[in-house]
Amino acid sequence: MAITSPSERIWWKQPIAKIELIWIIVAFTWGLIMFFMMIYWHGAGEQNLSNEAYKITPVRFAEKAQTMIDEYTVRQENGFPVVHPPPGSDVYLIARLWQWWPILELEKDQSYRLHLSSMDWQHGFSLQPVNINIQVHPGYDMVVTVKPDQAGEYGVVCNEFCGIGHHNMVGKIYVVE
Amino acid sequence: MAKTAEFRICPTTGLKVDLTAEKLIKANAVVAVVFLAIGGLFGLLVALTRWPAVHFLPADWFYLALTAHGFDVLLVWIIFFEMAVLYFASAVLLGSRLAGPKFAWAGFVLMLVGAVITNVAVLRGQSSVMFTSYVPMMAEPSFYLGIILFAVGALIGVFVFFGTLVVAKQEKTYEGSIPLVTFGALTAAIIAVFTIASGAIILIPTLLWSLGFISYIDPLLYKTIWWGMGHSSQQINVAAHVAVWYAIAAMVFGAKPLSEKVSRMAFLMYILFLQLASAHHLLVEPGMSSEWKIFNTSYAMYLAVLGSMVHGMTVPGSIEAAQRARGLTKGMFEWLRKAPWSNPAFAGMFMSLVFFGFIGGISGVVMGTEQINLIMHNTLYVPGHFHGTVVAGTTLAFMAITYLLVPLIFRRELMFRKLAQWQPYVFGIGVAGIAMFMMGAGTLGVARRQWDMTFADAQLPFDYPSAAFLMMGLNGMAAVMAAVGGVMFIVIVVGSVFFGRKLGIDEKPSYPEVPPQASESLSHYGSAEKLHIPGTVMLVSIFFIAFVLYYFVNWKYLSEVWPLS
Repeated sequence: MAITSPSERIWWKQPIAKIELIWIIVAFTWGLIMFFMMIYWHGAGEQNLSNEAYKITPVRFAEKAQTMIDEYTVRQENGFPVVHPPPGSDVYLIARLWQWWPILELEKDQSYRLHLSSMDWQHGFSLQPVNINIQVHPGYDMVVTVKPDQAGEYGVVCNEFCGIGHHNMVGKIYVVE
Repeated sequence: MAKTAEFRICPTTGLKVDLTAEKLIKANAVVAVVFLAIGGLFGLLVALTRWPAVHFLPADWFYLALTAHGFDVLLVWIIFFEMAVLYFASAVLLGSRLAGPKFAWAGFVLMLVGAVITNVAVLRGQSSVMFTSYVPMMAEPSFYLGIILFAVGALIGVFVFFGTLVVAKQEKTYEGSIPLVTFGALTAAIIAVFTIASGAIILIPTLLWSLGFISYIDPLLYKTIWWGMGHSSQQINVAAHVAVWYAIAAMVFGAKPLSEKVSRMAFLMYILFLQLASAHHLLVEPGMSSEWKIFNTSYAMYLAVLGSMVHGMTVPGSIEAAQRARGLTKGMFEWLRKAPWSNPAFAGMFMSLVFFGFIGGISGVVMGTEQINLIMHNTLYVPGHFHGTVVAGTTLAFMAITYLLVPLIFRRELMFRKLAQWQPYVFGIGVAGIAMFMMGAGTLGVARRQWDMTFADAQLPFDYPSAAFLMMGLNGMAAVMAAVGGVMFIVIVVGSVFFGRKLGIDEKPSYPEVPPQASESLSHYGSAEKLHIPGTVMLVSIFFIAFVLYYFVNWKYLSEVWPLS
């Protein structure tokens, strides 16, 4: 029994039942398939993180974002600037207690280099209802190339706990034709 | 040891029980259950707050309760109970005296003091930083101090366990190799050393940082090492509850492992590979390469998952073999149909096995896939997954073995038997509901650790789909059901331990029924040429098909979101 010492003292020389062996082989093979599936997707799939990231200070990141905001703001909404940067450009989204700043307006089927960084604590970039979720750290500038494939209005929810105002931290991204 | 240890002989199992070890098992188990009650209550408050129609607590209390819930049940309840499991699997199963009982008591006191200090820090309201306490968010110094003391206490307990193995070997209290359950406990203990070391490496600097002696801790570094503790501590649970499955199968059915070699190899896989799981929390983080993510998140090509899948066959397989040897051979499933479903130890154990595999296991592997994590990270899918592993898996298994510990270690008749018969079902199904509904809400995008899913006070409006609200309502109801099951458990256990009839020194408890020891025919069952377990083969086939389908369905979901590169 499992609560007593093995009845066969040389238990490691006991043969393994065929059915157990088959299951081990099936499970092992399945593990390999799942392992190589991740590698395969880096080549064949369209949803991958580049893992391009830089160390940056919050001040420097805020400056870069401000430059973009100054240049490409098209209107204001609820006190937020709505920024329409050119396709293919570097786009900055600031995460801070408790805002996603500014509101971005992107064009459908165009690529943007989206930079994410936090001014203070960790935050979670959660694009809804698409449901893309990326962690945002202070001190790190993470670059994700995004290509919105549907026009509409998207919410950016914070999904990393960031203190008492966490549930009020909502941003917005517009995708236009 | 100046004083020689005192023993009693267990009338049911014939095991020689060191009375000091017995006292330690009792103390650890009782404190564990107290913290289960406290942490469970906080959990209920959290679930009631996330039930949109109820929205019970105000925001500050919600975040406080969630921090306390995580710490009290994920760490305190489980580690205290694991200490009891370690002392049981070493001293009791090996019939040995416990090495250094004074150290064991010192460890116990440290753990208790640490748990109380951290709870007080959380309740003071300035440490609502969640169980994970990600920097640069700062808690009071005593929050970290309590966890460190708790961890040091646990580490002492782990070394008492190792010492007891050495003592048993030297004093030749057993012949041949250690039992499989002890081997499983050894696996848990080895992973615990790694876990606690990771915790010390990151929490000691964090304590100094909160005291002002260190000015900066890199948030990414913190997260990487913190999860070396946070995730690995869940692997202690896996190893411990798998050991508990084997123990219950042995005690209730006299089941013998199909193959000692295979089961021990599966445990070895845990020791070698489970520690890589810190990566599960870093899949959408900046600063890690995809190569690092893929290798670590898959436990080096899913070798630890292989271990769990093997246990998933060998545990029910050993029960089937034992039942068939008893003559329950009709069809594929007579052995399972006629299993003692009214015995809470078995019912809890079997549900733990099924839920851990189907709900917690599959969702964990899918969520831990590098790219699929993008559509799940930090949504409610994450707590959905780990309520499937830690609650429906570990907690349910620990509850199940408690029904055997009360008569065998506490030497008390179990009270409220009708209630006990139902308890695993009420709790188990409630928890399965919690896990599934949270996963459902997470798939719809709902954030975890979030007080108001309507965003009523946000500067910009956003609405989750109405189906998400339905999921959270159902989750609230399932949580109430699980809480009822939790209260039943506490009433039964506390009632029995303090007020149950004391069993005489040579008296065998009448309930739960523990069958006579494995017969001769049984002790050779499982040798390769005779093994016949068609029911188990069917069960694992269903599991495998569910696994493959669910895995690829999620790749399909992923392929539909915005292209990213």
